[in-house]
Amino acid sequence: MAEVVLLDFWGSPFGMRARIALAEKGVKYEYKEEHLLTGKKTPLLLETNPVHKKIPVLIHNGKPISESLVIVQYIEDAWSDTAPLLPADPYGRSQARFWADFVDKKIYDQGKKIWANKAGEVQEAGKKELIESLKLLEGELGEKPFFGGETIGYVDVALVPFYTWFYSFETIGNFSIQAECPKLIEWVKRCLERESVSKSLVDPEKVYVDLILVLKKMYGYE
Amino acid sequence: MAEEVILLDTWVSPFGMRARIALAEKGIKHEHREEDLGNKSDLLLKMNPIHKTIPVLIHNGKPVCESNNIVQYLDEVWPDKSPLLPSDPYLRGQARFWADFVDRKVFDAGRKVWATKGEEQKSLMEEFIGHLKTLEAELDGKLYFGGEKMGYVDVTMVPIYSWFHAYEVSGNFSFESHCPKLVAWAERCMQHDSVSKALPSPEKVYQYVLQLRKRLGIE
Repeated sequence: MAEVVLLDFWGSPFGMRARIALAEKGVKYEYKEEHLLTGKKTPLLLETNPVHKKIPVLIHNGKPISESLVIVQYIEDAWSDTAPLLPADPYGRSQARFWADFVDKKIYDQGKKIWANKAGEVQEAGKKELIESLKLLEGELGEKPFFGGETIGYVDVALVPFYTWFYSFETIGNFSIQAECPKLIEWVKRCLERESVSKSLVDPEKVYVDLILVLKKMYGYE
Repeated sequence: MAEEVILLDTWVSPFGMRARIALAEKGIKHEHREEDLGNKSDLLLKMNPIHKTIPVLIHNGKPVCESNNIVQYLDEVWPDKSPLLPSDPYLRGQARFWADFVDRKVFDAGRKVWATKGEEQKSLMEEFIGHLKTLEAELDGKLYFGGEKMGYVDVTMVPIYSWFHAYEVSGNFSFESHCPKLVAWAERCMQHDSVSKALPSPEKVYQYVLQLRKRLGIE
Protein backbone atom coordinates (compact mmCIF):
# COMPACT_ATOMS: atom_id res chain seq x y z
CA MET A 1 0.00 0.00 0.00
CA ALA A 2 1.22 3.53 -0.73
CA GLU A 3 2.42 5.56 2.27
CA VAL A 4 -0.66 7.81 2.11
CA VAL A 5 -4.02 6.57 0.81
CA LEU A 6 -7.30 8.48 0.68
CA LEU A 7 -10.56 6.51 0.44
CA ASP A 8 -12.99 9.00 -1.05
CA PHE A 9 -16.01 9.58 -3.27
CA TRP A 10 -15.67 12.08 -6.11
CA GLY A 11 -18.72 14.20 -5.20
CA SER A 12 -18.27 14.31 -1.42
CA PRO A 13 -17.58 17.78 0.04
CA PHE A 14 -16.11 15.97 3.05
CA GLY A 15 -13.66 14.10 0.82
CA MET A 16 -12.77 17.35 -0.93
CA ARG A 17 -11.67 18.81 2.42
CA ALA A 18 -9.05 16.07 2.75
CA ARG A 19 -7.97 16.52 -0.88
CA ILE A 20 -7.40 20.25 -0.40
CA ALA A 21 -5.44 19.79 2.84
CA LEU A 22 -3.18 17.14 1.31
CA ALA A 23 -2.56 19.34 -1.74
CA GLU A 24 -1.80 22.39 0.42
CA LYS A 25 0.85 20.35 2.23
CA GLY A 26 2.21 18.92 -1.02
CA VAL A 27 1.61 15.35 0.16
CA LYS A 28 1.68 12.65 -2.54
CA TYR A 29 -1.09 10.15 -2.02
CA GLU A 30 -3.02 7.38 -3.68
CA TYR A 31 -6.67 8.24 -4.29
CA LYS A 32 -9.04 5.28 -4.07
CA GLU A 33 -12.61 5.78 -5.22
CA GLU A 34 -15.43 4.21 -3.25
CA HIS A 35 -18.32 3.70 -5.66
CA LEU A 36 -20.98 4.72 -3.17
CA LEU A 37 -23.76 4.96 -5.76
CA THR A 38 -23.53 1.21 -6.31
CA GLY A 39 -24.49 0.72 -2.66
CA LYS A 40 -21.43 -1.47 -2.16
CA LYS A 41 -18.62 -0.58 0.25
CA THR A 42 -15.18 -2.11 -0.22
CA PRO A 43 -13.67 -4.42 2.40
CA LEU A 44 -10.91 -1.80 2.85
CA LEU A 45 -13.45 0.88 3.82
CA LEU A 46 -15.29 -1.43 6.22
CA GLU A 47 -12.00 -2.48 7.77
CA THR A 48 -10.53 1.03 8.13
CA ASN A 49 -13.73 2.75 9.32
CA PRO A 50 -15.76 0.04 11.05
CA VAL A 51 -17.52 2.57 13.31
CA HIS A 52 -19.08 4.83 10.66
CA LYS A 53 -18.31 2.96 7.40
CA LYS A 54 -18.00 6.32 5.63
CA ILE A 55 -15.52 8.17 3.46
CA PRO A 56 -13.22 9.98 3.63
CA VAL A 57 -10.69 7.76 5.37
CA LEU A 58 -7.02 8.70 5.33
CA ILE A 59 -4.62 5.78 5.72
CA HIS A 60 -1.10 6.89 6.66
CA ASN A 61 1.50 4.13 6.83
CA GLY A 62 -1.34 1.65 7.24
CA LYS A 63 -3.03 3.53 10.09
CA PRO A 64 -6.52 4.92 9.39
CA ILE A 65 -8.04 8.26 10.42
CA SER A 66 -11.73 9.02 9.82
CA GLU A 67 -14.04 12.06 9.93
CA SER A 68 -13.09 14.83 7.53
CA LEU A 69 -12.25 17.56 10.05
CA VAL A 70 -10.31 15.07 12.20
CA ILE A 71 -8.42 14.12 9.02
CA VAL A 72 -7.65 17.76 8.18
CA GLN A 73 -6.36 18.38 11.71
CA TYR A 74 -4.28 15.20 11.47
CA ILE A 75 -2.77 16.37 8.17
CA GLU A 76 -2.00 19.69 9.87
CA ASP A 77 -0.25 17.91 12.77
CA ALA A 78 1.57 15.27 10.73
CA TRP A 79 2.92 17.71 8.10
CA SER A 80 3.36 20.63 10.44
CA ASP A 81 6.39 22.22 8.78
CA THR A 82 4.56 23.49 5.70
CA ALA A 83 1.47 25.59 4.80
CA PRO A 84 -0.11 25.80 8.29
CA LEU A 85 -3.90 25.73 8.13
CA LEU A 86 -4.43 26.79 11.74
CA PRO A 87 -2.99 29.89 13.43
CA ALA A 88 -0.32 29.43 16.09
CA ASP A 89 -2.17 31.23 18.90
CA PRO A 90 -4.69 29.21 20.93
CA TYR A 91 -7.45 31.82 20.68
CA GLY A 92 -7.19 32.02 16.88
CA ARG A 93 -7.25 28.21 16.77
CA SER A 94 -10.38 28.06 18.92
CA GLN A 95 -12.09 30.55 16.60
CA ALA A 96 -11.16 28.46 13.55
CA ARG A 97 -12.45 25.29 15.21
CA PHE A 98 -15.68 27.07 16.21
CA TRP A 99 -16.45 28.17 12.63
CA ALA A 100 -15.51 24.83 11.07
CA ASP A 101 -17.85 23.19 13.60
CA PHE A 102 -20.53 25.74 12.59
CA VAL A 103 -20.12 24.70 8.94
CA ASP A 104 -20.44 21.05 10.00
CA LYS A 105 -23.55 21.67 12.10
CA LYS A 106 -25.43 23.68 9.49
CA ILE A 107 -24.53 23.54 5.81
CA TYR A 108 -25.02 19.89 4.82
CA ASP A 109 -28.32 19.43 6.65
CA GLN A 110 -29.74 22.76 5.51
CA GLY A 111 -28.70 22.00 1.94
CA LYS A 112 -30.33 18.59 2.16
CA LYS A 113 -33.67 20.19 3.07
CA ILE A 114 -33.44 21.90 -0.31
CA TRP A 115 -32.26 19.12 -2.64
CA ALA A 116 -34.07 16.18 -1.05
CA ASN A 117 -37.51 17.81 -1.08
CA LYS A 118 -40.04 19.12 -3.54
CA ALA A 119 -40.99 22.79 -3.42
CA GLY A 120 -42.81 23.37 -0.15
CA GLU A 121 -42.40 24.18 3.53
CA VAL A 122 -39.34 22.06 4.23
CA GLN A 123 -37.49 23.27 1.16
CA GLU A 124 -38.34 26.90 1.94
CA ALA A 125 -37.09 26.46 5.50
CA GLY A 126 -33.86 24.98 4.13
CA LYS A 127 -33.33 27.92 1.81
CA LYS A 128 -33.93 30.45 4.57
CA GLU A 129 -31.66 28.65 7.04
CA LEU A 130 -28.88 28.10 4.50
CA ILE A 131 -28.82 31.76 3.49
CA GLU A 132 -28.80 32.77 7.16
CA SER A 133 -25.81 30.48 7.83
CA LEU A 134 -23.93 31.67 4.75
CA LYS A 135 -24.54 35.31 5.75
CA LEU A 136 -23.14 34.61 9.22
CA LEU A 137 -20.09 33.09 7.57
CA GLU A 138 -19.83 36.13 5.29
CA GLY A 139 -19.87 38.28 8.41
CA GLU A 140 -17.07 36.24 9.94
CA LEU A 141 -15.02 36.57 6.73
CA GLY A 142 -15.41 40.34 6.85
CA GLU A 143 -12.82 42.14 4.75
CA LYS A 144 -10.27 39.32 4.93
CA PRO A 145 -9.36 37.61 1.65
CA PHE A 146 -9.77 34.22 3.35
CA PHE A 147 -11.14 32.95 6.65
CA GLY A 148 -7.52 32.05 7.40
CA GLY A 149 -6.42 35.63 6.76
CA GLU A 150 -3.98 36.22 3.92
CA THR A 151 -3.98 32.56 2.85
CA ILE A 152 -6.47 29.74 3.08
CA GLY A 153 -6.92 28.05 6.43
CA TYR A 154 -8.95 25.49 8.28
CA VAL A 155 -12.33 27.20 7.85
CA ASP A 156 -11.74 27.82 4.14
CA VAL A 157 -10.95 24.11 3.71
CA ALA A 158 -14.05 23.13 5.71
CA LEU A 159 -16.44 25.34 3.74
CA VAL A 160 -15.31 25.76 0.13
CA PRO A 161 -16.15 22.18 -1.00
CA PHE A 162 -19.85 22.88 -0.38
CA TYR A 163 -19.65 25.39 -3.25
CA THR A 164 -19.75 22.40 -5.60
CA TRP A 165 -23.26 21.64 -4.31
CA PHE A 166 -24.55 25.27 -4.55
CA TYR A 167 -25.60 24.87 -8.18
CA SER A 168 -27.75 21.88 -7.18
CA PHE A 169 -29.33 23.79 -4.28
CA GLU A 170 -30.01 26.79 -6.53
CA THR A 171 -31.43 24.78 -9.41
CA ILE A 172 -33.68 22.61 -7.29
CA GLY A 173 -34.61 25.41 -4.88
CA ASN A 174 -34.99 28.03 -7.59
CA PHE A 175 -32.96 30.76 -5.89
CA SER A 176 -29.55 32.39 -6.19
CA ILE A 177 -26.90 32.16 -3.51
CA GLN A 178 -24.78 34.68 -5.44
CA ALA A 179 -27.57 37.26 -5.15
CA GLU A 180 -27.87 36.78 -1.39
CA CYS A 181 -24.19 36.33 -0.53
CA PRO A 182 -22.05 38.00 -3.19
CA LYS A 183 -19.02 38.39 -0.92
CA LEU A 184 -19.00 34.69 -0.21
CA ILE A 185 -19.01 33.88 -3.92
CA GLU A 186 -16.11 36.30 -4.40
CA TRP A 187 -14.30 34.39 -1.65
CA VAL A 188 -15.01 31.11 -3.48
CA LYS A 189 -13.46 32.54 -6.64
CA ARG A 190 -10.35 33.57 -4.68
CA CYS A 191 -10.09 30.04 -3.28
CA LEU A 192 -10.43 28.55 -6.75
CA GLU A 193 -7.36 30.52 -7.85
CA ARG A 194 -5.34 28.17 -5.65
CA GLU A 195 -4.44 24.92 -7.38
CA SER A 196 -5.02 22.92 -4.18
CA VAL A 197 -8.67 23.97 -4.36
CA SER A 198 -9.29 24.01 -8.12
CA LYS A 199 -7.85 20.50 -8.49
CA SER A 200 -9.79 19.13 -5.50
CA LEU A 201 -13.23 20.53 -6.30
CA VAL A 202 -15.42 18.88 -8.91
CA ASP A 203 -17.64 20.53 -11.52
CA PRO A 204 -20.90 21.73 -9.89
CA GLU A 205 -22.97 20.73 -12.91
CA LYS A 206 -21.55 17.20 -12.74
CA VAL A 207 -22.56 17.08 -9.06
CA TYR A 208 -26.11 18.06 -10.07
CA VAL A 209 -26.50 15.58 -12.94
CA ASP A 210 -24.41 12.63 -11.78
CA LEU A 211 -24.91 12.80 -8.05
CA ILE A 212 -27.85 14.85 -6.73
CA LEU A 213 -30.36 13.85 -9.40
CA VAL A 214 -29.19 10.23 -9.06
CA LEU A 215 -29.59 10.35 -5.27
CA LYS A 216 -33.04 11.88 -5.64
CA LYS A 217 -34.09 8.97 -7.84
CA MET A 218 -32.41 6.36 -5.65
CA TYR A 219 -34.10 7.52 -2.47
CA GLY A 220 -37.36 8.58 -4.03
CA TYR A 221 -36.86 12.25 -3.12
CA GLU A 222 -38.94 13.52 -5.99
CA MET B 1 -1.17 40.18 34.13
CA ALA B 2 -3.85 38.46 36.18
CA GLU B 3 -5.84 35.93 34.20
CA GLU B 4 -9.59 36.41 34.28
CA VAL B 5 -11.48 33.21 33.53
CA ILE B 6 -15.27 33.00 33.67
CA LEU B 7 -17.40 29.98 32.82
CA LEU B 8 -21.05 30.51 31.86
CA ASP B 9 -22.74 27.21 32.62
CA THR B 10 -25.79 25.36 33.94
CA TRP B 11 -25.49 22.73 36.65
CA VAL B 12 -27.16 19.89 34.76
CA SER B 13 -25.41 20.28 31.40
CA PRO B 14 -23.00 17.46 30.49
CA PHE B 15 -21.38 19.94 28.09
CA GLY B 16 -20.76 22.38 30.93
CA MET B 17 -19.37 19.53 33.04
CA ARG B 18 -16.66 18.93 30.43
CA ALA B 19 -15.38 22.48 30.89
CA ARG B 20 -15.63 22.19 34.67
CA ILE B 21 -13.55 19.00 34.70
CA ALA B 22 -10.86 20.44 32.42
CA LEU B 23 -10.60 23.63 34.52
CA ALA B 24 -10.30 21.56 37.71
CA GLU B 25 -7.78 19.12 36.22
CA LYS B 26 -5.58 22.05 35.29
CA GLY B 27 -6.10 23.89 38.56
CA ILE B 28 -7.31 27.03 36.76
CA LYS B 29 -8.85 29.65 39.04
CA HIS B 30 -12.11 30.80 37.53
CA GLU B 31 -15.50 32.28 38.27
CA HIS B 32 -18.43 29.96 37.66
CA ARG B 33 -21.69 31.67 36.66
CA GLU B 34 -24.95 29.76 36.57
CA GLU B 35 -27.21 30.71 33.66
CA ASP B 36 -30.99 30.42 33.63
CA LEU B 37 -31.60 29.17 30.09
CA GLY B 38 -35.20 30.36 30.26
CA ASN B 39 -33.88 33.87 30.83
CA LYS B 40 -30.43 34.14 29.25
CA SER B 41 -28.11 36.84 30.52
CA ASP B 42 -26.99 39.72 28.30
CA LEU B 43 -23.45 38.46 28.77
CA LEU B 44 -24.30 35.02 27.38
CA LEU B 45 -26.10 36.50 24.37
CA LYS B 46 -23.18 38.85 23.73
CA MET B 47 -20.50 36.17 24.14
CA ASN B 48 -22.28 33.47 22.15
CA PRO B 49 -24.54 35.29 19.68
CA ILE B 50 -24.44 32.43 17.16
CA HIS B 51 -25.68 29.53 19.28
CA LYS B 52 -26.75 31.30 22.51
CA THR B 53 -25.83 28.18 24.49
CA ILE B 54 -23.64 27.28 27.41
CA PRO B 55 -20.91 26.53 28.21
CA VAL B 56 -19.01 29.66 27.25
CA LEU B 57 -15.51 30.25 28.55
CA ILE B 58 -14.55 33.91 28.77
CA HIS B 59 -10.77 34.32 29.04
CA ASN B 60 -9.63 37.89 29.61
CA GLY B 61 -12.86 39.09 28.01
CA LYS B 62 -12.67 36.86 24.92
CA PRO B 63 -15.24 34.08 24.47
CA VAL B 64 -14.62 30.45 23.53
CA CYS B 65 -17.78 28.47 22.71
CA GLU B 66 -18.64 24.78 22.18
CA SER B 67 -17.58 22.42 24.99
CA ASN B 68 -15.00 20.30 23.13
CA ASN B 69 -13.53 23.48 21.69
CA ILE B 70 -13.25 24.93 25.22
CA VAL B 71 -11.50 21.78 26.48
CA GLN B 72 -8.99 21.91 23.60
CA TYR B 73 -8.42 25.63 24.19
CA LEU B 74 -7.72 25.05 27.90
CA ASP B 75 -5.33 22.24 26.97
CA GLU B 76 -3.41 24.57 24.64
CA VAL B 77 -3.24 27.58 26.94
CA TRP B 78 -2.42 25.52 30.06
CA PRO B 79 -0.49 22.59 28.57
CA ASP B 80 1.73 21.75 31.52
CA LYS B 81 -0.74 20.51 34.07
CA SER B 82 -2.79 17.41 33.19
CA PRO B 83 -2.27 17.45 29.41
CA LEU B 84 -5.46 16.05 27.90
CA LEU B 85 -4.52 15.50 24.25
CA PRO B 86 -1.53 13.31 23.38
CA SER B 87 1.39 14.88 21.52
CA ASP B 88 1.61 12.17 18.86
CA PRO B 89 -0.43 13.23 15.75
CA TYR B 90 -1.98 9.79 15.21
CA LEU B 91 -3.07 9.42 18.83
CA ARG B 92 -4.42 13.00 18.75
CA GLY B 93 -6.41 12.03 15.65
CA GLN B 94 -7.80 8.98 17.44
CA ALA B 95 -8.74 11.07 20.50
CA ARG B 96 -10.52 13.63 18.29
CA PHE B 97 -12.33 10.85 16.42
CA TRP B 98 -13.68 9.35 19.64
CA ALA B 99 -14.63 12.73 21.13
CA ASP B 100 -16.57 13.38 17.93
CA PHE B 101 -18.23 9.94 18.32
CA VAL B 102 -19.23 10.81 21.90
CA ASP B 103 -20.82 14.04 20.65
CA ARG B 104 -22.54 12.93 17.47
CA LYS B 105 -23.61 9.45 18.52
CA VAL B 106 -23.64 8.95 22.30
CA PHE B 107 -24.81 12.36 23.51
CA ASP B 108 -27.13 12.84 20.56
CA ALA B 109 -28.92 9.51 21.05
CA GLY B 110 -28.98 10.08 24.79
CA ARG B 111 -30.60 13.47 24.39
CA LYS B 112 -33.30 12.24 22.00
CA VAL B 113 -34.39 9.58 24.52
CA TRP B 114 -35.89 12.28 26.75
CA ALA B 115 -38.06 13.77 24.04
CA THR B 116 -39.81 10.47 23.24
CA LYS B 117 -41.80 7.68 24.84
CA GLY B 118 -43.03 4.17 24.20
CA GLU B 119 -41.61 2.21 21.26
CA GLU B 120 -39.72 5.17 19.85
CA GLN B 121 -37.99 5.74 23.17
CA LYS B 122 -37.19 2.05 23.53
CA SER B 123 -35.57 2.01 20.11
CA LEU B 124 -33.52 5.14 20.90
CA MET B 125 -32.41 3.60 24.19
CA GLU B 126 -31.18 0.55 22.30
CA GLU B 127 -29.28 2.79 19.93
CA PHE B 128 -27.79 4.64 22.91
CA ILE B 129 -26.67 1.42 24.55
CA GLY B 130 -25.22 0.25 21.22
CA HIS B 131 -23.02 3.34 21.10
CA LEU B 132 -21.93 2.78 24.71
CA LYS B 133 -20.88 -0.75 23.80
CA THR B 134 -18.82 0.59 20.88
CA LEU B 135 -17.05 2.92 23.29
CA GLU B 136 -16.54 0.12 25.77
CA ALA B 137 -14.80 -1.89 23.05
CA GLU B 138 -12.53 1.08 22.32
CA LEU B 139 -11.56 1.26 26.00
CA ASP B 140 -10.26 -2.30 25.54
CA GLY B 141 -8.72 -2.98 28.93
CA LYS B 142 -7.15 0.49 29.35
CA LEU B 143 -7.70 2.30 32.63
CA TYR B 144 -8.87 5.41 30.77
CA PHE B 145 -9.45 6.34 27.15
CA GLY B 146 -6.36 8.50 27.63
CA GLY B 147 -4.32 5.46 28.70
CA GLU B 148 -2.79 5.55 32.18
CA LYS B 149 -4.39 8.92 32.93
CA MET B 150 -7.63 10.65 32.03
CA GLY B 151 -7.50 12.44 28.71
CA TYR B 152 -9.65 14.33 26.22
CA VAL B 153 -12.09 11.50 25.52
CA ASP B 154 -12.55 10.73 29.23
CA VAL B 155 -13.41 14.41 29.89
CA THR B 156 -15.79 14.47 26.94
CA MET B 157 -17.61 11.30 27.92
CA VAL B 158 -17.74 11.00 31.71
CA PRO B 159 -20.35 13.77 32.30
CA ILE B 160 -23.11 11.56 30.90
CA TYR B 161 -22.47 9.21 33.85
CA SER B 162 -24.37 11.67 36.05
CA TRP B 163 -27.41 10.98 33.86
CA PHE B 164 -27.12 7.16 34.02
CA HIS B 165 -29.39 6.83 37.05
CA ALA B 166 -32.12 8.83 35.24
CA TYR B 167 -31.85 6.55 32.18
CA GLU B 168 -31.92 3.42 34.33
CA VAL B 169 -35.02 4.42 36.30
CA SER B 170 -36.88 5.63 33.19
CA GLY B 171 -35.93 2.67 31.07
CA ASN B 172 -36.08 0.10 33.85
CA PHE B 173 -32.71 -1.48 33.12
CA SER B 174 -29.15 -1.32 34.37
CA PHE B 175 -26.09 -0.13 32.45
CA GLU B 176 -24.01 -2.53 34.55
CA SER B 177 -25.67 -5.46 32.80
CA HIS B 178 -24.97 -4.06 29.31
CA CYS B 179 -21.58 -2.38 29.62
CA PRO B 180 -19.98 -3.22 32.97
CA LYS B 181 -16.48 -2.16 31.87
CA LEU B 182 -17.73 1.30 30.91
CA VAL B 183 -19.47 1.66 34.26
CA ALA B 184 -16.23 0.60 36.00
CA TRP B 185 -14.35 3.20 33.94
CA ALA B 186 -16.82 5.92 34.97
CA GLU B 187 -16.46 4.99 38.63
CA ARG B 188 -12.69 5.12 38.22
CA CYS B 189 -13.00 8.67 36.85
CA MET B 190 -15.27 9.62 39.75
CA GLN B 191 -12.34 8.89 42.10
CA HIS B 192 -10.85 12.13 40.78
CA ASP B 193 -11.99 15.28 42.59
CA SER B 194 -12.06 17.13 39.28
CA VAL B 195 -14.82 14.76 38.12
CA SER B 196 -16.75 14.07 41.34
CA LYS B 197 -17.02 17.80 42.07
CA ALA B 198 -18.07 18.65 38.52
CA LEU B 199 -20.88 16.11 38.25
CA PRO B 200 -24.20 16.78 40.00
CA SER B 201 -25.94 14.13 42.09
CA PRO B 202 -27.69 11.49 39.94
CA GLU B 203 -30.87 11.93 42.00
CA LYS B 204 -30.93 15.67 41.31
CA VAL B 205 -30.49 14.94 37.57
CA TYR B 206 -33.37 12.44 37.68
CA GLN B 207 -35.67 15.04 39.28
CA TYR B 208 -34.63 17.50 36.60
CA VAL B 209 -35.48 14.97 33.86
CA LEU B 210 -38.95 14.37 35.35
CA GLN B 211 -39.61 18.13 35.26
CA LEU B 212 -38.23 18.35 31.72
CA ARG B 213 -40.51 15.61 30.41
CA LYS B 214 -43.50 17.29 32.11
CA ARG B 215 -42.56 20.58 30.41
CA LEU B 216 -42.23 18.83 27.06
CA GLY B 217 -45.70 17.39 27.62
CA ILE B 218 -44.44 13.82 27.43
CA GLU B 219 -45.50 12.87 30.95
